[in-house]
Amino acid sequence: MLAESARGFLDEKAPVKHLRDMRDAGKTHDPALWKEMAEMGWAGILIPEEFGGVDMGHAAAGVLATEMGKTLVASPFLSSSVIAATALKQVSDARAGEALAAIASGERTYALAIDEKSKFNPEGTEMPARREGNGFRLSGKKTFVIDGGFADRLLVLARTGDGLTLFDIPADRAGITRETQSMIDSRDAARVVFDEVEATGEDVLGQVDDAMSVLKPALEAGQAALAAELSGVAAGAFGMTVGYLKERKQFGLLIGQFQALQHRAADLWCQTEVTASAIAHAGRMLDADPENATLAVSLAKARATETAKQAVIEGVQMHGGIGMTDAFDMGFFMKRARAGAEWLGDYGYHAETVARLKGF
Amino acid sequence: MAQETEELAGFRAELRDWLEENCPAEMRDGSSPEDHTCWGGRNWVFESDAQKAWLNRCAAQGYTVPTWPREYGGAGLSRAEEKVFLSELARIDARLPLQSFGIWMLGPALLHFGTPEQKAHYLPPIARGEVRWCQGYSEPGAGSDLASVQTKCEDKGDHYLINGQKIWTSYADKADMIFALVRSDREAKKHLGITFLLIDMRNEGVSTRPIKLISGVSPFCETFFDNVVVPKVNDEGISAVVGTVNRGWDVAKYLLTHERSMISAMGTGLGGARPLGAVLKDDLDGDLDTSLRAAAMKAEIDSLAIGLTLERYKDMANSGQGVGDASAMLKYVGTELNKDRHELMMSAGGSDALEWGGAFGDRPADWLRTKANSIEGGTTEVMLGIVSRRVLGLPG
Repeated sequence: MLAESARGFLDEKAPVKHLRDMRDAGKTHDPALWKEMAEMGWAGILIPEEFGGVDMGHAAAGVLATEMGKTLVASPFLSSSVIAATALKQVSDARAGEALAAIASGERTYALAIDEKSKFNPEGTEMPARREGNGFRLSGKKTFVIDGGFADRLLVLARTGDGLTLFDIPADRAGITRETQSMIDSRDAARVVFDEVEATGEDVLGQVDDAMSVLKPALEAGQAALAAELSGVAAGAFGMTVGYLKERKQFGLLIGQFQALQHRAADLWCQTEVTASAIAHAGRMLDADPENATLAVSLAKARATETAKQAVIEGVQMHGGIGMTDAFDMGFFMKRARAGAEWLGDYGYHAETVARLKGF
Repeated sequence: MAQETEELAGFRAELRDWLEENCPAEMRDGSSPEDHTCWGGRNWVFESDAQKAWLNRCAAQGYTVPTWPREYGGAGLSRAEEKVFLSELARIDARLPLQSFGIWMLGPALLHFGTPEQKAHYLPPIARGEVRWCQGYSEPGAGSDLASVQTKCEDKGDHYLINGQKIWTSYADKADMIFALVRSDREAKKHLGITFLLIDMRNEGVSTRPIKLISGVSPFCETFFDNVVVPKVNDEGISAVVGTVNRGWDVAKYLLTHERSMISAMGTGLGGARPLGAVLKDDLDGDLDTSLRAAAMKAEIDSLAIGLTLERYKDMANSGQGVGDASAMLKYVGTELNKDRHELMMSAGGSDALEWGGAFGDRPADWLRTKANSIEGGTTEVMLGIVSRRVLGLPG
């Protein structure tokens, strides 16, 4: 039901061409599209009804993310409505409630500023938030801040003495400079420089030196939704490819008649089915037993990363030369799959998590 | 774990008490090797009194075939209850009381295609472990191309006369009965002249010869039919044909989907098996090298995801959605994974794993045995062909 209605809306309002048009116009965000998504309740999919959300849970968020992935929809859904909303839900004060309401209505967007190096490693965060008087001073540089070019607020992870602390601050606070990155997937990302940025105790989300009790659930929610999006990316690329196998002729035959291609296409379908099970399981675990969802989430992200990679590589190869052209959409899928592979932990990061939880 | 309904929690508590009282201590080594499997049958020799008691107690409750209807020897459990049942067995590491081709293959086919009389006659002895069945499908000239079976079935009025040869019949030398695909119409198109026939192995003219495999064991046989007389109805008036004469392919295909799902479960380490990486680490008595560890991580990830896929498909089947051709997917991914896992176990075992019955016991034989997984029940290539044509609709 949710999938069908989302599909109908996205096919009309946000087909792949929408991303292409945005790229050609030099844009990474479409506020009008996001407003419509918010009106349908998508921005508040995880937000309690008392704050204006629809509170449908992580499995439903995964269904939406999958549908968005199929046509490479660029929106603040993951950053704001999944990651930031989940972080804010861990805190029960009036400001968090107000922030959740602003996300649900679509009027406020968030970006998560964690990465400092080229690989995801939240525990290895070095950027200091130095204590000064009653507050803090943040100095350093964050990279790969997804949606950081346009977001209204930033969730910033910084080192405070022995621990890590998560700050929730406006993106235009004095001392913050945002430098837009020109990303291969045509989506928004920024390098954010913090030059003696002031923060108060009010700006801390959760407790000082204890970022992870707020951030871990938020990251896992984001990883599961990103895995779901990647499964949509795989499905979108695969659908185009199977269609092409049924219409393209070479050597007087449909190329789908060649067993070498049939078996690779069949293997890819099998892998997408196996990955779909892992993604559904992650959504269920986040809804039913979020304290113990880490294994399920890492399993989903690891599988989705690999399946999306296989789908886009086969997608280009089976299309042949046309798959390499910018005029054809397959390249957009390949580039999104690569960016999605890195964001919030790559295959190796999540495979290590599985191995650690499985005792080796 | 999500919250269990009150009803399921009640069932779990009752079951736990029952198991505590009825599962002998000797049977609580469920992760033990295959040679402790209880297959049942007329000639079965129990390895211990405990094995016999465990089978009989379970059979009395319907727990050898928990999801079959009670009237046919099952416990009539729902899918949710079955999950509870299996998780409670795993919790105390209990062996399955009985395994057989009757349970995995013929039973589901009879439940779907059998007459009420056939069900009442054949199913309860399977559930009680009294009759052991084998599967007569492949022939020397009909492997992957199963529908080209040639074993001849002639209609002689009150009986059929069978002549021909089957191959790869698992445990035919130990079986009491065989369910076989036979060619009953030589003129019809090959899928349309096949009959699914039930034959008593005691009949005159039936003989078997074990085939020794590269693993050193002989789980498979050649089975010969030399002028075998099969009455159309037996002494109790039960028909020897399942489904319709010449339409046995429908039954065969249905049964194959069950066989494939069963084989696919092998590689997933379901049922309480330890994570592969932990096993390998113990084997090496130290850390895994980088390449072995990376391969073990991938195998573990695939194993978990394929296990979830088996569960998802069982749930779909249970809610009435046809999974038919998708069983080819389960079979393909499950068996390839199982081969990978055994390659890694051999690698971790190093030279110690090269010795028959050495430090790692059956490991080399098990490794070699897994190579058949992607051949038996339809090869990997046949599975991919089914997916490409029937699921993806690619042109033939």
